[in-house]
Amino acid sequence: MRRLTWFNTTSLTLGFAFLYLPMVILVVYSFNESKLVTVWAGFSTKWYGELFRNEAFLDAAWVTVKVAVASSTLATILGTMAAYVLVRAGRFKGRTLFSGMIYAPLVMPEVITGLSLLLLFIGIGLDRGVFTIVLAHTTFSMCYVSVVVSSRLVSFDRSLEEAALDLGCSPMSAFRLVTLPIIAPAVISGWLLAFTLSLDDLVIASFTSGPSATTLPIKIFSAVRLGVSPEINALSTIMISIVAVGVITASLITKRAALRQQAEERAAVKA
Amino acid sequence: MRRATLILVPYLWLLALFLVPFLIVLKISLSDTELAIPPYTPTLDFSTGWQGIKEFLSALDFENFTWLASDDLYWKAYLSSLQIAVIATFLTLLVGYPIAYGMANAPEHWRPTLMMLVILPFWTSFLIRVYSWMGILSSEGYLNQLLLGMGLISEPLTILNTNTAVYIGIVYTYLPFMILPIYSALERLDGSLLEAAEDLGCSRLSAFWLVTIPLSKNGIIAGCFLVFIPTIGEFVIPSLLGGSQTLMIGKVLWEEFFNNRDWPVASAVAVILLLILIIPIILFQRNEQKAREADQ
Repeated sequence: MRRLTWFNTTSLTLGFAFLYLPMVILVVYSFNESKLVTVWAGFSTKWYGELFRNEAFLDAAWVTVKVAVASSTLATILGTMAAYVLVRAGRFKGRTLFSGMIYAPLVMPEVITGLSLLLLFIGIGLDRGVFTIVLAHTTFSMCYVSVVVSSRLVSFDRSLEEAALDLGCSPMSAFRLVTLPIIAPAVISGWLLAFTLSLDDLVIASFTSGPSATTLPIKIFSAVRLGVSPEINALSTIMISIVAVGVITASLITKRAALRQQAEERAAVKA
Repeated sequence: MRRATLILVPYLWLLALFLVPFLIVLKISLSDTELAIPPYTPTLDFSTGWQGIKEFLSALDFENFTWLASDDLYWKAYLSSLQIAVIATFLTLLVGYPIAYGMANAPEHWRPTLMMLVILPFWTSFLIRVYSWMGILSSEGYLNQLLLGMGLISEPLTILNTNTAVYIGIVYTYLPFMILPIYSALERLDGSLLEAAEDLGCSRLSAFWLVTIPLSKNGIIAGCFLVFIPTIGEFVIPSLLGGSQTLMIGKVLWEEFFNNRDWPVASAVAVILLLILIIPIILFQRNEQKAREADQ
């Protein structure tokens, strides 16, 4: 029954056009000469030049990258630990609460997470800035990391770990030498997910950032509230291309790794 | 690393930065405010022991909630958030189902690529994807230019800053959440069941209604919840694409907090929003649980 009927072809074509056309238009018009965003007046890269002379955007971009690197690294460590606890630690006191706290932030509306963290920071007298945004981003993205990592942990053969322990590995080195290499793809994609979540977050960052630190989404949001601008189109194009290149590279790498693993397994079976 | 440390580090982190903050919101929503800035009365005084805790509890009241109930704005905002979320979820299903269906029926070697094309927008900035529609929908935007150029309309349509724009924005940004679960349900569907239905005299259309739709039910339900739940608290889409008449609770909370600086009321708004969301979240988890059991 698998065949491409005219209906399937049409719905796929229309569907993907709908998903990608708005972004394509944005990219094309970022090279527009005119200040009027909707009127095409010839090819130009001048808005990219403007963008790189705009100190406010550059500062915000730098803050955003710092926050994203710090929070996704912390989130990956904490999230991997949490996943390990969920899948391997067995029963302990407060396990239900723990797993509840892992899944709840995934469905919590951002406005509530942002508000509650802000009230906490004010309550304990913590000055808002880069540090508080990192704390906030780490908290919600560690939950995403632990979901990604635990699904990988569930599916792999526990006896490999037990064999390492039997052969004299300490639990720590068994984790480092056996478990970590096997779950590495999930850990890496968890990090990437945490990184993009942090880059993208507007609402929680708005609540938890102070006047001393503004992230790029906050800057973009206040700019686009006033309307469409060619500079923002240029900035969006840069962000879209970074993501496209990153995701495509990552998927090529995992595809190659999977092929290599298959080849190794086949060789092992033959030998 | 010892087991206890392994458990304690993420546990304490989540307690301190997820649970405690939420309890603070709950507490502030029940507090009175002095000039809408901290400190909020009552404050908890542990030095007096039980007496202090009792006094603290007795001074909490539902004043902020009574205030919410008495003001039309909040009721209307909750109702209209629900309404927008229901309609938008239905529209997303209408757009997403044919795409998922097309993907599941595409040749096997195409599917990983199609799948990646659906996932790719997840990784691109949400804010930018919403923003891209501002240029398309505005009165001198690309859509109006196209329609005017084709002679279909004589005057530009007003779409930006209306609820229509909000629906378009939600369908666009949440579409992958709808496509993926339906696709995974349809992909597992056994083609021989459809052949059997046709052999037994079903037309293709009635085979679709009687076999395909019921068998993809779990995917449809999962997709609808994945769109519905985050949409209720949505802030970015109504503020960029919606107009002054677009009332959504996420936006109201934001304004209550940043413009009116009334924190106790903002906290009460947040608590009620969460109470509303608990029902769909529990239903969603039940559905996932059932789907998992059916798999085994």
